[in-house]
Amino acid sequence: MTDSTPLARFWSEFRTNKVAVCALFVVIAIVLIALAAPLIAPQNPYDLGTLVLMDARRPPGFVGTKGFTHWLGTDAQGRDLLSAILYGLRISIQIGIIAGGIAFALGVTLGTFAAYFGGRIEALIMRIIDLQLSFPAILLALVLAALLGQGKGPLIAALVTAQYAYFARTAHGAASSERSKEYVEAALSTPLAPTRVVFRHILPNCLPPLIVVATVQIANSIALEATLSFLGLGLPVSEPSLGMLISNGFQYMLSGRYWISIYPGVALIILIVAINLVGDQIRDQLNPRLRR
Amino acid sequence: MSALVDIRNVSKRFAPRLSLGEKIAARLGQPIETRTVHAVDSVSFEIRKGEVLGLVGESGCGKSTLGRVIAGIHAPSDGVVTLDGAPILGPDGRKRTSRVQMVFQDPFASLDPRIRIGETISEGPIAHGLVSKADAKAYAAQWLAAVGLPADAADRFPHQFSGGQRQRVAIARALAMKPDMLVCDEPVASLDVSIQAQIVNLFLKLRREFGLTMLFISHDLGIVRHISDRIAIMYLGRIVELGPTEAVYKAPSHPYTRALLDSIPKLVTEAEELVSFKPILGELPSPLSPPPGCHFHLRCPRAEAKCREIVPARRETSAGRDVACHFPLEE
Amino acid sequence: MIPLLEVTDLATHFATRNGALKAVDGVSFSIAEGEIIGLVGESGSGKSVTGFSILGLIDPPGRIVGGSVKLKGRELVGLSARELRAIRGREIAMVFQDPSATLNPVLTIGTQMRLALEAHGSVSESEARARSAEVLERVGIPDAARRLDAHPHQFSGGMRQRVAIAIALLNRPKLIICDEPTTALDVSIQAQILTEMRDLAREFGTAMIWISHDLATVSSIASRLLVMYAGRIIEEGPVANVLRQPQHPYTAGLLASLPANAERGMDLVQIPGSTPSLFDLPPGCAFQPRCDRRSPACVVMPELTSGGLGRRRRCHHPLNGGSA
Ligand SMILES: Nc1ncnc2c1ncn2[C@@H]1O[C@H](COP(=O)(O)OP(=O)(O)OP(=O)(O)O)[C@@H](O)[C@H]1O
Ligand SMILES: Nc1ncnc2c1ncn2[C@@H]1O[C@H](COP(=O)(O)OP(=O)(O)OP(=O)(O)O)[C@@H](O)[C@H]1O
Ligand code: SF4
Ligand SMILES: [Mg+2]
Ligand SMILES: [Mg+2]
Repeated sequence: MTDSTPLARFWSEFRTNKVAVCALFVVIAIVLIALAAPLIAPQNPYDLGTLVLMDARRPPGFVGTKGFTHWLGTDAQGRDLLSAILYGLRISIQIGIIAGGIAFALGVTLGTFAAYFGGRIEALIMRIIDLQLSFPAILLALVLAALLGQGKGPLIAALVTAQYAYFARTAHGAASSERSKEYVEAALSTPLAPTRVVFRHILPNCLPPLIVVATVQIANSIALEATLSFLGLGLPVSEPSLGMLISNGFQYMLSGRYWISIYPGVALIILIVAINLVGDQIRDQLNPRLRR
Repeated sequence: MSALVDIRNVSKRFAPRLSLGEKIAARLGQPIETRTVHAVDSVSFEIRKGEVLGLVGESGCGKSTLGRVIAGIHAPSDGVVTLDGAPILGPDGRKRTSRVQMVFQDPFASLDPRIRIGETISEGPIAHGLVSKADAKAYAAQWLAAVGLPADAADRFPHQFSGGQRQRVAIARALAMKPDMLVCDEPVASLDVSIQAQIVNLFLKLRREFGLTMLFISHDLGIVRHISDRIAIMYLGRIVELGPTEAVYKAPSHPYTRALLDSIPKLVTEAEELVSFKPILGELPSPLSPPPGCHFHLRCPRAEAKCREIVPARRETSAGRDVACHFPLEE
Repeated sequence: MIPLLEVTDLATHFATRNGALKAVDGVSFSIAEGEIIGLVGESGSGKSVTGFSILGLIDPPGRIVGGSVKLKGRELVGLSARELRAIRGREIAMVFQDPSATLNPVLTIGTQMRLALEAHGSVSESEARARSAEVLERVGIPDAARRLDAHPHQFSGGMRQRVAIAIALLNRPKLIICDEPTTALDVSIQAQILTEMRDLAREFGTAMIWISHDLATVSSIASRLLVMYAGRIIEEGPVANVLRQPQHPYTAGLLASLPANAERGMDLVQIPGSTPSLFDLPPGCAFQPRCDRRSPACVVMPELTSGGLGRRRRCHHPLNGGSA
């Protein structure tokens, strides 16, 4: 027991929760499929040249003019929905991870240094973050997306701004409690440079709660991105993400062409629920109160 | 013997964080309840080169805080700590010198759980240029050997060791910085009784080998008596008595020292022996509102009116012995 | 005469991912009425678990897997939770190291004491107050009647522990199990509480199990000593006798390592090695790898045998005149 790595022990405990293992499998599968989208999708939904307007809004199972079956039907531009969803997932995951990653790095650095230095610096940083947390993230993202315009860059900036505060808050809480532990005092009395104390000692010990927040926040930023795109504030129409697919199909919902909206929605829900299930299990495992 | 470390009028206060409301109230001239803890209250003494100075006192009297100030972890609120005449802290309040190192009470908390023992020992020396990265492994092994641990311990994590072994690692980490002075904050208190003697012996051996100067904080009066040359007794943030260990134990001058020595349970080895304590009366006053005058007057059998008003200054009673009491006990 | 409490072959195990942890493994002893016994041993040797097992306070994953605990001849192992609750507080009480384990921070001391009294029979409000104040006064809390309306946080650590002791004494139990009640306190307070407990026990005829890892503390309150190591009792006998002439090498080593037994500044006598993990105990005597008297015979678990004068020890090669 003592010689196994922490990761191996973590995994052996993770394995005991069947639901979480399935969820993890789903997440990995979705990510792999999304990555491989250009290889497995029957059509390139971004290539306007391949779209046939005649095939627009066809129901699932329809065999199009190009000769392949549209298993999930087609949308208003005649895109194969399955292909569009695969490409959409790719974009959503990409944006979720990039935005989540940047928010993580920014928030965690701010939060940990605030906890390390204390005093005025801490008060200033944390007040700004508290202020920001008192606004709904969606509102903030909406305003920013509207201000910055369309495109991947602005969208990511909006998502990062809406989310880094959660990381900062969590990192600050964890780092504050680590800060007062004796191993940090030992590092101070050596003395070691602040950057080394923060990045080599404090930060690695704060990781458990941050990993939990990170999984949840990646799911959140995927959902947020979908929301923004749904509202038309996300990516340009030429690169439809899941949110925009849902939005585009929305007007046909009542005319019985449910599939244009529903299938991208289902894909989104499966992804987010699966990430959250994995995150829940990680949280339970890292929560010392629930440990046996 | 000359002084290595000089502690001059050092005070350390911990002010509570005021809430925004309280700050506004204070600005508006409202008197707000002061909850400042005077953990260390104007303490002066020196530690001589090569000696072990024991620091004893009851829980909460400020021993750890004083130790941390000397080790440069806390900046003092007032006063200054110098090593060979140079302040421990730089002008920005950060510690620069590595000549004072510290060993902590709880070896389960004082080692970073995610870092291998080898790196724990060698990261400080690398950062301070005592050893090159290339030689770090051999250097760590050398110090592990000095504290009686096998060289392969370097590749393991703290959780793979027992309490006593971890404390050895913590000691090796401090020694690897080649300090002149070691502050030990209750280094055996959290260890099993059967392990304590091992660590005490290790300190004795290291002291013989490296001529270390030590501040040895403890509430175990037996161990302090065994290891230290001089002893300082602390009560509610102040040093009340200081002198050569044997002299103080044999004939305490301060009534508190006397009472403290009388409260320690002794091993009873005669069946008929009636155990006699002379417990100090009353409770330790809160450090938030220590009594005026001599802090001990509420519990002191010798207290008189003067004690309630005037803080007794520390003065020399006999050669090398200091006591802060208006009516010290005679020999 | 039947003893007040008789523990026979008590075994309490904890189910863990690495298999069963035998925290207490075959512990037997008995206490007469009014007797104070000291229970000492290193951290993790099973002192607290023994205390909890007597009270039936073992929660899963722990379980009493064998043995019996008899209070005045009545078997306690296997009683229902309700039956145990009726015994707890009334006949056996416990005082913990940390008084906040006993005290509820949101209720006044008076209310908590009234509840403790009501749990074992109805009392009127004024009766309860009078009785509570009387007991508080007994444990050295001045101005007790007025302090009944105070909350626990308004007391200092030492005072809180006194209140916890007062609650334990309320129903005049026959036996109090004290689990390191003074370890967290200052020396000066510890001395006060030690003296008071000893006098109270004598006066009320209460028996006590005083758990501690400090031989000196135990020796000043108890009349009989039990030494535990790795879940078993390894030595037992009258306190002064054991401390003067320890028969088990572990007890002897502990005593020899005290600074008082070495010349100032010289090396202390030390027991080599470290406490074994309960998961991989050596075969036979658990102290074997650290023992300087071991022989090949020690790979067989020694029995707890009599060493004369009411003494027992678990060793193949005992010291001080006891031959195995
Ligand atoms: N970081 C802090 N913030 C606020 N108060 C503190 C802080 N550190 C210590 N104190 C207070 O200062 C006083 C002295 O504490 P200190 O830890 O120095 O005592 P000690 O003598 O080492 O006690 P012990 O024997 O329990 O270790 C205590 O009242 C404590 O509550
Ligand atoms: N709830 C639990 N789950 C698993 N193991 C436990 C539990 N409680 C106690 N143990 C184990 O049982 C053993 C005996 O513990 P116990 O608390 O009785 O020791 P102790 O002698 O009281 O030590 P200390 O002096 O530290 O209080 C230890 O190894 C401990 O890890
Ligand atoms: S049984 Fe053997 S090993 Fe155990 S204590 Fe006795 S002599 Fe030592
Ligand atoms: Mg301390
Ligand atoms: Mg215990």
